[in-house]
Amino acid sequence: MRELTYLGALNEALREEMERDENVFLIGEDIGSFGGVFGVEKGLWEKFGEKRVRQTPISEDAIVGTAVGAAMTGLRPVAEIMYIDFITCCMDQVVNQAAKLRYMSGGKIKMPLVIRAQGGSGTAEAAQHSQSLEAWFVHTPGLKVVMPATVYDAKGLLKTAIRDDNPVIFLEHRMLYNIKDNVPEGEWTVPFGKAEVKHEGKDITIVATSLMVHKALEAAKELADSISIEVIDPRTLVPLDIDTILKSVKKTSKLLVVHEAPTIAGVGAEIVRQVVENAFDYLDGAPRVLGGRSIPMPYAPILEKACTPQKEGIVKLIKEMM
Amino acid sequence: MDGEKLTKLLDLMYRIRFFEERTMVLFREGLIVGALHHYIGEEAIAAGACAAAEKHDYVVSTHRGHGHCIAKGADLKRMMAELMGRETGYSRARGGSMHIFSVEEGLLGGNGIVGGGLPIALGSALSGQYRESGQVTLCFFAEGAGARGTFHESLNLAALWKLPVVYICENNLWAATTYINYSLPIENIGDRASAYGIPGKVIDGNDVEEVYKTVDEAIKRAREGNGPTLIECKTYRHYPHCMVIPDTRPQDEVMEWKKKDPIPRFEKRLLEEKVITKTEMGKIKKKVKNMLDEAEEFARKSPLPAVETVEEGLWA
Ligand SMILES: Cc1ncc(C[n+]2csc(CCOP(=O)(O)OP(=O)(O)O)c2C)c(N)n1
Repeated sequence: MRELTYLGALNEALREEMERDENVFLIGEDIGSFGGVFGVEKGLWEKFGEKRVRQTPISEDAIVGTAVGAAMTGLRPVAEIMYIDFITCCMDQVVNQAAKLRYMSGGKIKMPLVIRAQGGSGTAEAAQHSQSLEAWFVHTPGLKVVMPATVYDAKGLLKTAIRDDNPVIFLEHRMLYNIKDNVPEGEWTVPFGKAEVKHEGKDITIVATSLMVHKALEAAKELADSISIEVIDPRTLVPLDIDTILKSVKKTSKLLVVHEAPTIAGVGAEIVRQVVENAFDYLDGAPRVLGGRSIPMPYAPILEKACTPQKEGIVKLIKEMM
Repeated sequence: MDGEKLTKLLDLMYRIRFFEERTMVLFREGLIVGALHHYIGEEAIAAGACAAAEKHDYVVSTHRGHGHCIAKGADLKRMMAELMGRETGYSRARGGSMHIFSVEEGLLGGNGIVGGGLPIALGSALSGQYRESGQVTLCFFAEGAGARGTFHESLNLAALWKLPVVYICENNLWAATTYINYSLPIENIGDRASAYGIPGKVIDGNDVEEVYKTVDEAIKRAREGNGPTLIECKTYRHYPHCMVIPDTRPQDEVMEWKKKDPIPRFEKRLLEEKVITKTEMGKIKKKVKNMLDEAEEFARKSPLPAVETVEEGLWA
């Protein structure tokens, strides 16, 4: 075992996959000698050169369009959109092109591309730099959607994403980049569509994503003496491992979903729908979703914090649900 | 240009420079947070361009927008309060550094999305044309934004519709850590004007008078109904892209450009031509520093926004 950061895990995944397969290349802004504004690509340009690490102008449509065309013709691009907010600048390429071309070609073409971006709030960068847009992509048929919460998952899921023959939206959280964990040496992958029980419990099931997994775990710890909480991280939202969630709900009879994106029409609502349709009789009380407020993220930290789920809010809601 | 106008330009440049310097200190103290992009080194552009505009004209700004706001006449107190996350700020602490709005003062906002402002400027220009108000829009952006599709779509439509807009490209050579060679396959952004059949100018962006004269001419052209102009101002920012990114630029390049600092250069000229004396300059500086003390004091004393009000401002 050794200590690694979430950032380091992503960097290792990229490096190992680029070593393994020469068709893997990176494309994005500021990813050359600077190594990406968050440092995910540190050292890769030095190691692989400009052919494999392609720094672009500020041209999101061109970044994703290049990835789409390259993927259709035999390469395996990993595109970086610096902040997920900027994907709005190239939604045609993501939604109308990447997500649909395989199907429209009758399954003849493959679309092995990954779009990585980071999102979420916590750095007082206001409404155009703090969004959690996963529900958009979940709602778009043809895209796989991944949200790693831990160091181990970050590396394992990114490697799986790069090897997948479909377009994958890979959503990191910038408040997680510096978390550290003990992980094995060498390589591993984490399969898509397999949720993980991050904490076992029997009184209530919390399904949480990304940064919220950590907040849910903190809440579970705080309440450990009185309430036994099961925390599940789906890890991939498409495909979604509903079976693991159902199994847990059948055991605990209670469900709370926690995510940072606005509650309204969010992934939580979808998880609740599936649970209600498949395990209604097991439920003891209405399932709940604790998400962000439907407000463009404000700048002032005091307001920003009020717009996203915090440990205190999770604890309070769990107590109400018991 | 008469002495009073020249002195006003210097005053504006001081306001921008000292405001930026003050925010750097406050950022280090933790009183300003988030992404702070400084305009130091580029003051001649905002000052020259906005001085050529009327009060009722519009300005569409960028993530590096403090200078545009100040030059357009924004209140330093309310700007400082916004940056310090106070209720009294321009956007009630909802927007922060990158998003200062004041429609009354013609400020249509900074933008966190590079190239996001160019299409908006089409709309404010159309609005001026439609209402026959004579209002012109100054649309600021930088060379990095020139790579976005929004640049091309906007200039094309503005040219087609002869919209009253002046495109001002602040080419400071670097987009975050990307050097211009990586984003521009030709020498000048200004040369692209020919693709849209509009006038294109490439000027020294560190010469406030040249900026003033060029923008003044473009504004006149726009007001007369002859459509847009693209003006590329060559300039340089003295500091890294934002407060949290290390400097990646060659230090000798930074040193070279600091020698072309628009402020000492303009001061020198005004002294030589006896437009102003050293003592008078000192007085203006002192006045601006006092204004900033007041702005800081105002912001410090202003309340933080109340959490219960967080939804206010969402709907009209
Ligand atoms: C669409 C979009 N892509 C990327 C970014 C991240 N970003 C913010 S500022 C910046 C560089 C901008 O360069 P330029 O347009 O030259 O303006 P300058 O900062 O030099 O004034 C980048 C890449 C963004 N905000 N929006």
